[in-house]
Amino acid sequence: MSETTHSGPMLAADGTPLKRSLARALRRQKLRALALIAPLLIFVLLTFVMPIADMLSRSVENDIVPDTLPNTVVALENWDPTTGELPGEDVYAAFAVDLVAAVDAKVHTRLGTRLNYENPGISSLFRSTGRDVNKWNLETDGPFKEKFIEADKDWGDIEVWKTLKRYSGHYTSGYFLNAADLENTATGIQLRPEEQRIYATLFIRTMWMSLLITGSCLLLGYPVAWLLANLRASTSNVLMILVLLPFWTSLLVRTSAWKVLLQQQGVINDLLVWVGLVDDANRLVMINNQFGTIIAMTHILLPFMILPLYSVMKTVPPSYLRAAKSLGATNWTAFWRVYFPQSVPGIGAGSILVFILAIGYYITPELVGGTQGVFISNRIAFHISSSLNWGLAAALGTILLAAVLLLYYVYDKIVGIDNVKLG
Amino acid sequence: MTDQGAADAFVLFDRVQKSYDGETLVVKDLNLSIAKGEFLTMLGPSGSGKTTCLMMLAGFETATHGDIKLAGRPINNIPPHKRGIGMVFQNYALFPHMTIAENLAFPLEVRKMGKSEREEKVKRALDMVQMGTFGGRRPAQLSGGQQQRVALARALVFEPELVLMDEPLGALDKQLREHMQFEIKRIADGLGITVVYVTHDQTEALTMSDRVAVFNDGVIQQLAPPDVLYEEPENSFVAQFIGENNTLEGVVKEINNGVALVQLDDGELIDCKPVNVSKPGERTRVSIRPERVEVNKARLQAGAHTLKAEVMEFIYMGDIFRTRLRVAGNDEFIVKTRNAPDQRRMQPGEQIEIGWLPTDCRALDA
Repeated sequence: MSETTHSGPMLAADGTPLKRSLARALRRQKLRALALIAPLLIFVLLTFVMPIADMLSRSVENDIVPDTLPNTVVALENWDPTTGELPGEDVYAAFAVDLVAAVDAKVHTRLGTRLNYENPGISSLFRSTGRDVNKWNLETDGPFKEKFIEADKDWGDIEVWKTLKRYSGHYTSGYFLNAADLENTATGIQLRPEEQRIYATLFIRTMWMSLLITGSCLLLGYPVAWLLANLRASTSNVLMILVLLPFWTSLLVRTSAWKVLLQQQGVINDLLVWVGLVDDANRLVMINNQFGTIIAMTHILLPFMILPLYSVMKTVPPSYLRAAKSLGATNWTAFWRVYFPQSVPGIGAGSILVFILAIGYYITPELVGGTQGVFISNRIAFHISSSLNWGLAAALGTILLAAVLLLYYVYDKIVGIDNVKLG
Repeated sequence: MTDQGAADAFVLFDRVQKSYDGETLVVKDLNLSIAKGEFLTMLGPSGSGKTTCLMMLAGFETATHGDIKLAGRPINNIPPHKRGIGMVFQNYALFPHMTIAENLAFPLEVRKMGKSEREEKVKRALDMVQMGTFGGRRPAQLSGGQQQRVALARALVFEPELVLMDEPLGALDKQLREHMQFEIKRIADGLGITVVYVTHDQTEALTMSDRVAVFNDGVIQQLAPPDVLYEEPENSFVAQFIGENNTLEGVVKEINNGVALVQLDDGELIDCKPVNVSKPGERTRVSIRPERVEVNKARLQAGAHTLKAEVMEFIYMGDIFRTRLRVAGNDEFIVKTRNAPDQRRMQPGEQIEIGWLPTDCRALDA
């Protein structure tokens, strides 16, 4: 029993420490396992992790200003905007040098677009001045302050220079402020004018509509999942095909079908008018609003609720219900006290799945949402593809990601993520 | 058929039939009366209708035809939760999201019993199955045997007069099963409750029951106390199903004074006790228990019948020897002999003479 009195690390038969010996024995296995998952790992890294990292960096990145106007940024450091006076000639001279270089490289319009997000009007200022600057001689044509103001009187507007100075760093909080309906003005961070506040409304709408969709999916899906889990195998297989059928149809087709059904001259309105429930002159507006979005998205996301519910209910043996009844419980008590608590993991899984899918949904709200039923993701798409304000889109996306992670965390704290079963 | 009159029966199945598909009967014309305080076992192979009978009694299946009465009251239209019958399920069906104490309190809660009374009854029920200290645990934290005890306590805690058990020991290992058989019997006798117990394990049926109903093909083949069932099977299904059994096929030659002369298929003539053969010329299966066959000529009793046999295989099983013989063309003939000091170990190929008493040899239906 010398091992028990041995105080050092356990040794293998050849005298090497047991831990090292074990690690060496397992290394080959680990390497092989790694090689097997490497393709997926690389794929996920390239298509998932890197885009997210890129999005996160884009939401705060502001290299375009210091890169395009290196001299101006340095010169502006010494200017104190609180004095209310325009910057001195040194700033204008530096700006002239930078602008000429930028025009040569044809990047001044991009800078103009970037600064236009913060101070509308700057874009055209850069474009028009860019044309004049070409003819200037940097050696002889000073002083540039007058020349700029002569080219466009807006160069004499202190707000333009304040904007330039505020956004001269490599990183900016501007996109996030914008995404939160805030703006960074000379007097500090404050709410945007009321008519410009749209994102908070959109975020809140996205959240509560997703909640509503999750709720209606649960309400509709629970009985179906119960049937699937408790009917005879042959019948439940047919039902299961019906549940999965929508997956075999294009998302666009399903969404368009709802347009056909719900529009004012559509099937449902026609039917209601024919039955006499609705007056022909007052046909119901059920599409291109929130109602349409909720109906269509509930339909599309329903399988994502039913499947996890079904797989959890399948594991609850019918003998539990029988046991409860034999112990004297009525049908309802047996369901509520015995069956329902055991289906909670399925409710959790289905709800998380549907909610997270809904919160980022894009196509359906775009098609049937009108103006009142669009989600935050539609706005993100707009900034990606139309306004080309990728920084703002990235900031909105980051906030959305953070919100989902936060909700996930809260869910974990309240219900416990161990309680989620997908099958 | 029964030794109790149908009038004072506690549980009565009266001409009960059950069909699931409308084409075949799973239970065919079942008549059964169970006395108060009786431990009755329904024994049979799977698909024999025994579980269906239990489910009809519990109220989870409805009888297609006939009446089921509990304490004189027809219960066909009473829903399960109003029947007040305790039930122990095959896989215990303990509610996994409740503690043991909550599981036991459940039937009392739905009966709107006060908290202090509830707690006292739960404690008493747990003590009865020696699980008093486990009230705060969850079912998943208990072993199979412990879950079994809790399931039993839960079925008894609301003091039902009738308790149904559906193969409750099927999931336990052999040793634990034997222990629990004894335990269930002790508790049932102590409380004086009526138990209907379903199993396919004949040892379980024999050791626990007051009476055993052997089911096959939707019909009770024999309803009798365990010793009668084993020693005097009424037909060849029961003889085959209960315990080990040797059969020799033949034709009845004559029946005289309660003794049937049977000619076996290889021409040998033997005397048997006629059970369900009635006239000469009928084909029969002669049944004899392996332990009633004597291989030691010296110990053969007077009047014993002898036959030639060839040893096929000898198996040493510790307390007994199990010898496979070829007798009258049947080479699956088993003989069990006690491992006694004077007992010889036979070698395969050996020619021996075996014998038995004609009264141990029963001529049954073919």
